[in-house]
Amino acid sequence: MSFSNPTRRGLIKTGAVASAGLALPTYLRADGHAGFTNAPQGSTVTLGFNVPQSGPYADEGADELRAYELAVEHLNGGGDGGLMNTFSSDALKGNGILGKKVEYVTGDTQTKSDAARASAKSMIEKDGAVMVTGGSSSGVAVAVQALCQEAGVIFMAGLTHSNDTTGKDKRANGFRHFFNSYMSGAALAPVLAANYGTDRKAYHLTADYNWGYTTEEAVRSSTEAMGWETVAAVKTPLTQTDFSAYIAPVLQSGADVLVLNHYGGNMVNSLTNAVQFGLRDKLVNDKNFEIVVPLYSRLMAKGAGANVKGIFGSTNWHWSLQDEGSKAFVKSFGTKYGFPPSQAAHTCYVQALLYADAVERAGSFNPCAVVEALEDFEFDGMGNGKTLYRGADHQCFKDVLVVKGKENPTSEFDLLEIVEVTPVEQVTYDPDHPQMAGGSLGSCNPGA
Amino acid sequence: MFGLNKKDTGILLVVAFLALAAPFILNPFPEGSAMAQFNAGYPDLMQRLVIFGIFAIGFNILFGLTGYLSFGHAAFLGVGSYAAIWMMKLLTMNVVPAIIVSVLFAGLFSLLVGWISLRRSGIYFSILTLAFAQMSYALAYSVLTPITGGETGLQPKYDDPRILDGTLEAGQSPRANLFGLEMNDGFELAMGNWVFTFNAGYYIAAVVMLIAFYLSIRIFRSPFGMMLRAVKSNQQRMNYTGLNTKPYTLAAFVISGMYAGLAGGLLVAMDTQVGAERMFWTASGEVVLMTILGGAGTLIGPVLGAGFIKYMENIVSKINKSVLEQWFAFMPDGIEDVMIALVYPFVGKGWHLTLGLLFMLVVIFLPGGLVEGGQRIAKMFRGKKASDDTTDASKTPAE
Repeated sequence: MSFSNPTRRGLIKTGAVASAGLALPTYLRADGHAGFTNAPQGSTVTLGFNVPQSGPYADEGADELRAYELAVEHLNGGGDGGLMNTFSSDALKGNGILGKKVEYVTGDTQTKSDAARASAKSMIEKDGAVMVTGGSSSGVAVAVQALCQEAGVIFMAGLTHSNDTTGKDKRANGFRHFFNSYMSGAALAPVLAANYGTDRKAYHLTADYNWGYTTEEAVRSSTEAMGWETVAAVKTPLTQTDFSAYIAPVLQSGADVLVLNHYGGNMVNSLTNAVQFGLRDKLVNDKNFEIVVPLYSRLMAKGAGANVKGIFGSTNWHWSLQDEGSKAFVKSFGTKYGFPPSQAAHTCYVQALLYADAVERAGSFNPCAVVEALEDFEFDGMGNGKTLYRGADHQCFKDVLVVKGKENPTSEFDLLEIVEVTPVEQVTYDPDHPQMAGGSLGSCNPGA
Repeated sequence: MFGLNKKDTGILLVVAFLALAAPFILNPFPEGSAMAQFNAGYPDLMQRLVIFGIFAIGFNILFGLTGYLSFGHAAFLGVGSYAAIWMMKLLTMNVVPAIIVSVLFAGLFSLLVGWISLRRSGIYFSILTLAFAQMSYALAYSVLTPITGGETGLQPKYDDPRILDGTLEAGQSPRANLFGLEMNDGFELAMGNWVFTFNAGYYIAAVVMLIAFYLSIRIFRSPFGMMLRAVKSNQQRMNYTGLNTKPYTLAAFVISGMYAGLAGGLLVAMDTQVGAERMFWTASGEVVLMTILGGAGTLIGPVLGAGFIKYMENIVSKINKSVLEQWFAFMPDGIEDVMIALVYPFVGKGWHLTLGLLFMLVVIFLPGGLVEGGQRIAKMFRGKKASDDTTDASKTPAE
């Protein structure tokens, strides 16, 4: 066939081939639109586990990933079922989610919001993840949460403690099970008052970034309400490893309590410095000098070693809890990995199960249906007692643990002892509390 | 064509073809196959490939031509990003003003940094730029939190003023657009088992990259570019002849800073979020790696290097244990475990290790970067062809 001299037969042939070529794509793509982003096709559903595998929180990230793998195993009917046996909702059958086998993809957030978003985007755009979960810092959680809102998938936050995640940066597609700075302050203050008295002068050292700010504010306002006085609040650079220069002025200030609003390696270093300076042996204003760490984790306690003995802090969950849920989780995690889970592992495992359960109850993977199922959902048996997923800001409300460094640890995991389980009423706040002000959930976004 | 000689036109056309056909080229494996893991043809990665290509092209104008090794280029990328996001918050979600302003701000900032740093050369220059970049990072991360959002970074919100756009309903997420065309618009083309994604944002970024690439060719071939090369080969001799090289090096520094700002602005246009880590020194180091890996001083090298590193970061880092188990499932149990244990340290979170090894191999065996590798292969073919007495030059690939 020649283009300069078309024949009737040639024209028909070319036309038929061309139209078949044009029709092919549309034909093959016809099943791809179920009304929301990444509707699961076939017999599997893909979840995205976006955790820090490198960088300062790599330890937490590794533990989170273990928890997710365990959760997937349990959802697919493997293992001993873990928390699915104690969970108050019995929608989960151990046959995947809505009968679809759970598969997962993993990514490295590097604890950088850019890298975390890139990794989450590849999960959504390439791997077809219908839900993204994980994260070990609030900056990353806020960044990925906003991305999931735009893309139209659900985000189940991992370890993020800043008020902002469900405060000024809350999003309709994002949910947080972990507690926050406000709750830490509200839970700690009464315990501190009972142990150290109401006439104390506090000195804050605060990590110079958002989480530090919200934690300082929360602890400050709760302790000041008890009658404490805040002498000074000094910001320390996040990259600081030697805090001696910041500890020295503490004694001259006349303060008798040091509050370390630090997390991870920062806290390990500042606490070690403070103890080495002999702060805890000092008598100021006729009172023993005390140190407080608002957010504790077992991994941090391990890093600080003997220095944590007798120091108060708060935590979301601890493996030594004796309720049925906690025992079941510690057992199945311990059986699989040989050591007890951290609080990061717990919150991530629970988030994965809560998502799966919400999908089962909603009967659909559609993010809007899932949001509806999770909002104002009350549950029990997940290790924190009765818990409410509040619809107004997508924050879980549950008991908060006040813990103390154990005087005589029996193993390398037995570093913290529970001082008090602060009841949920005491840590509940209004959705428009000044510390959470600004921002709006908006409406759920199902994407495509 | 466009004032380029035949060889440069060839290179430009090759890059243009690669950029425009990227959705096909990067998705060579059918959906659902075991090799689909290595597909890179999804919008986010394609956008990153070309944007970091722009960043590396700009860096190469400074490093490749003048030999001044800046360890602080991420600062300009970051400044551009912050400028762009503020335009989106204050003016409009249209990407055009955001990108223009990001280039301007990065240019101004690089003028300041260059003015001071270029008083020294060699290692002292590198240290000065590194210091500036780390300073910018620290400022953005904590001191300037009200402007930069600190650790959390900045995102456009529904309640930003945005003078030119109408107000959004509470809780709606604003989307970046080009006169109404949203960056994540696009369509999928399915052919048999292959799915190719065409994305508006990617093609906008690709066109900008082609313009940036064209400009860099013009700079390379201009008398100005020749002057910069002279600075690289012997600056002292230039000074002895009575020529003041500072204006030339400063101009090169500002131009490459503006390229970085352009890349920063585009990053925001494609993904409306800025975090301070973008300015961290490792990000500055990354662009140095990209340029050296691809081939410093060559035209196409930096683009290849940027593509290579971003591909590693996004694809290899996502291979986890369960993926390996699928790959080696056909082997007997014992051997499977051994294979997984052998491969696992190099994938997933170990992707840095793989990248480091490849970088070492390239630096040791191909000092001219990937481009030198390409040239050697081309030479091999040419040598063979010559012995076969074929003289058809049109069939041999351009360098």
